[in-house]
Amino acid sequence: MSRRAILLAVLGAILVALPAFANPYVLSVAILILFFAYTGQAWNVLMGFTGQLSLGHALYVGLAAYASAGLYFHYGLGPWAGVWLALAVCIAGAAIIGFLAFRFGISGVYFALLTIAFAEFTRIGFDHLRGLGGPGGLFIHVSNRETWDLLNLRGPPAMFYYVILFLAAAALAFSTWLLRSRAGYYWQAIRENEEAAQALGINTFRWKMLAIVTSASMTSLAGVFYAFYYNNLFPEQTFNISRSIEIILGPVIGGVGTLFGPVLGALVLTVLSDSITNALAAFGWEFPGVKQVLYGVALLAVVMFLPNGIWPPIARRLKL
Amino acid sequence: MAPELVANVVIAGVLTGLVYGLMALGLSVIFGVVRVVNFAHGEMMTLAMYAATVLFAAFGLDPFLAMVPVAAAFFLLGYALQAGFINRFITRPEHSQFMLMVAVAIVLVNALLVVFGPDARTVQVDYQLDSFQIGKILVDKGRLYAAAAALLGASALFAFFRFTLTGKAIRACADNYLGAKVVGLNVQHLYALTFGLGAACVAMAGCAMVLLVDVTPPLGPAYTLLAFVIVIVGGLGSMAGALLGGVLIGVSEALAGLLIDPSAKSMFSFGLLILVLLFRPQGLLGRRP
Amino acid sequence: MSALLEVRGISKSFRGLRAVGNASFEIPEGDINGLIGPNGAGKTTIFNMIAGVYAPDAGEIVFQGRRIEGLRPDRVCAAGIGRTFQIVKPFAGLSVLDNVVVGALLRERSTAQARRLSDALLEKLGLAAKRDLPAASLTLPDRKRLEVARALATRPRLLLLDEVMAGLRPTECDQMVEIFREINRADGTTILLIEHVMRAVMALARHIGVLHHGEVIARGTPEQVVRNPAVLECYLGEEAEV
Repeated sequence: MSRRAILLAVLGAILVALPAFANPYVLSVAILILFFAYTGQAWNVLMGFTGQLSLGHALYVGLAAYASAGLYFHYGLGPWAGVWLALAVCIAGAAIIGFLAFRFGISGVYFALLTIAFAEFTRIGFDHLRGLGGPGGLFIHVSNRETWDLLNLRGPPAMFYYVILFLAAAALAFSTWLLRSRAGYYWQAIRENEEAAQALGINTFRWKMLAIVTSASMTSLAGVFYAFYYNNLFPEQTFNISRSIEIILGPVIGGVGTLFGPVLGALVLTVLSDSITNALAAFGWEFPGVKQVLYGVALLAVVMFLPNGIWPPIARRLKL
Repeated sequence: MAPELVANVVIAGVLTGLVYGLMALGLSVIFGVVRVVNFAHGEMMTLAMYAATVLFAAFGLDPFLAMVPVAAAFFLLGYALQAGFINRFITRPEHSQFMLMVAVAIVLVNALLVVFGPDARTVQVDYQLDSFQIGKILVDKGRLYAAAAALLGASALFAFFRFTLTGKAIRACADNYLGAKVVGLNVQHLYALTFGLGAACVAMAGCAMVLLVDVTPPLGPAYTLLAFVIVIVGGLGSMAGALLGGVLIGVSEALAGLLIDPSAKSMFSFGLLILVLLFRPQGLLGRRP
Repeated sequence: MSALLEVRGISKSFRGLRAVGNASFEIPEGDINGLIGPNGAGKTTIFNMIAGVYAPDAGEIVFQGRRIEGLRPDRVCAAGIGRTFQIVKPFAGLSVLDNVVVGALLRERSTAQARRLSDALLEKLGLAAKRDLPAASLTLPDRKRLEVARALATRPRLLLLDEVMAGLRPTECDQMVEIFREINRADGTTILLIEHVMRAVMALARHIGVLHHGEVIARGTPEQVVRNPAVLECYLGEEAEV
């Protein structure tokens, strides 16, 4: 077995066994890491593979969360039904943004701004949607914390842990498969040089559309998870640009375009942020914003000195 | 709805819009010349507003007077930022530059949160509550002075670029990076100078804005987006466009607040941004990209 | 022999500046055709019109009996026209092999088959030893070879080569000439090349068209063209060494 496979196997074993020996706090942190590893992986498909910078991915998390939560809240339909609506809504959203952007040749910074604009637009829009709670928030009733109710995603943290672990692992496997497929080749060609890609017979519009729709679809599952794990949604928070930035921090720090980058980045970031919070609490410096300042500094350091992220040099060192 | 009410609101919108315009002008100049997307622009504006409140609280300094030291300080900071950090990124891919400024923005806005806390800060000067009366129209004194300062700042910048040698040199860099180097212009220095000037604009705008609005840290990202909307609507690279865009946004915000719902005003701005990006990406007065 | 490509009276202006005016020529199947002329004569513009980057303002382009003017570049490639770029455009972040695989995927169903085809092409172009290196690490001559390999991977019936020899040393140039002769002979690939390096044009082309100020001023075999007074005056010079 290759070194990488061994490492994965060991890691996988640890992760599967984690709830057995972790306290609730560690478990909740682990869930957070896996959540960001998952969303980072999804975002990576659009940016890392295809080179289109989206700074509004919170849009898809939010739309999916509200779609599935709304369905449960108003009609009692569980997440397994809600996920279809969530997928549909996210695909529609991505298709609209993608069509408008790619048809009109909007790329680079302008594309990023467009994604921000759509997210913000939706954020304010949802503030006015009374049916989904408006600014006061949408709350899902939490009735069961003991037994595993996978049908309604009600249960103890361990259940949520395994769900997100499964999703994160599936995302990693899916991304690996994608990268080696025709889509992976074509997306990377578009990222590297769109004009050359066209000269090789690639319909860049169609493939870019596929990228954004795939990325959004993957993200939508995270949204459904989010809704049923946190059980409360506020437009101000869920669609907020800082959420979008959180989503990209993992891959950017870990390594955009790599397979393990998003995972490693999410791990590093969450552990870092948690240690900082705890350290500060120990000193009594619990001011809001300190954690984010250090996020920002970490991001700055990575962007300046390790523009390809921290995974590539580590992978080289460990010969993975 | 009484016509005077609408007129008052529109005038207030125009005046606020001019201050927005000055802020956006700083962004336009930076992007037009250095080609860096200053994602920390709104955060810089917010920092300037806080600076004004601090100077007011400590020395009772009127924001208009505070403009001088704050703009000077921002000029130096902007110069240092460009010379020290951003200049290294000119040859890097676009998203790299973008992420740099995102990081700066995150650090700035949260540093403000740490230092000043989440509560609103403000400046109280006597003339803020006064207004001029022209017939049935009321014009806030503070707003009028702020707008006047904005126009002054914009004119000064315009004159600098039009009539001074350095200004022309900067425009040369914007037009042709390599060509400018070839004729011996110190492009790094000129870029830093430009960023410094852009930052100084923001500083002036911030000091003016603090008379109109209470400052809280979340204003940072909000103003960044607003600045981009204005610059794109008005036209990248066009100084008059930035002012025009600012006024347009100011008026539409004011009207949206009056006719629809105060919170809907940003929605309108974003909707406008989307439309402009799609159908007229060069904006109202900009050159075709 | 039927004409594989017919260009009939195409013109293109950019903001009032006429780049190409009423250019017409034919390329028979299996031919190697050269397009020469001074800089700014409009050669690359003609290429770009054939390849679909621009639509001509007037005129028609017929390929294998089908009108293709105005088609998108990817449709043109799918129709069977491959091209290289004057300023090479490698997929810098991908390996040499993967660069060619991208091209091969046009006609191959599976990535495995695409890889096999690409390996064979790299062998042919002398890049097999560098297959796993990042394309960004290649020297210019190798990048040119990669660009050719990539275009060939799409199995074109017509290959457009835009100043492929520029920057190559004479021995490298001769190697490239051999490669093109080989694919023309073995696969029957028709070639249209823009070149300034007369050594290559004279060695390869069976017919040459000369472009000047956007118009075709001479056509014929290399021997005919080289003696044409108009051509000598505008491009080759009185004492052309060929």
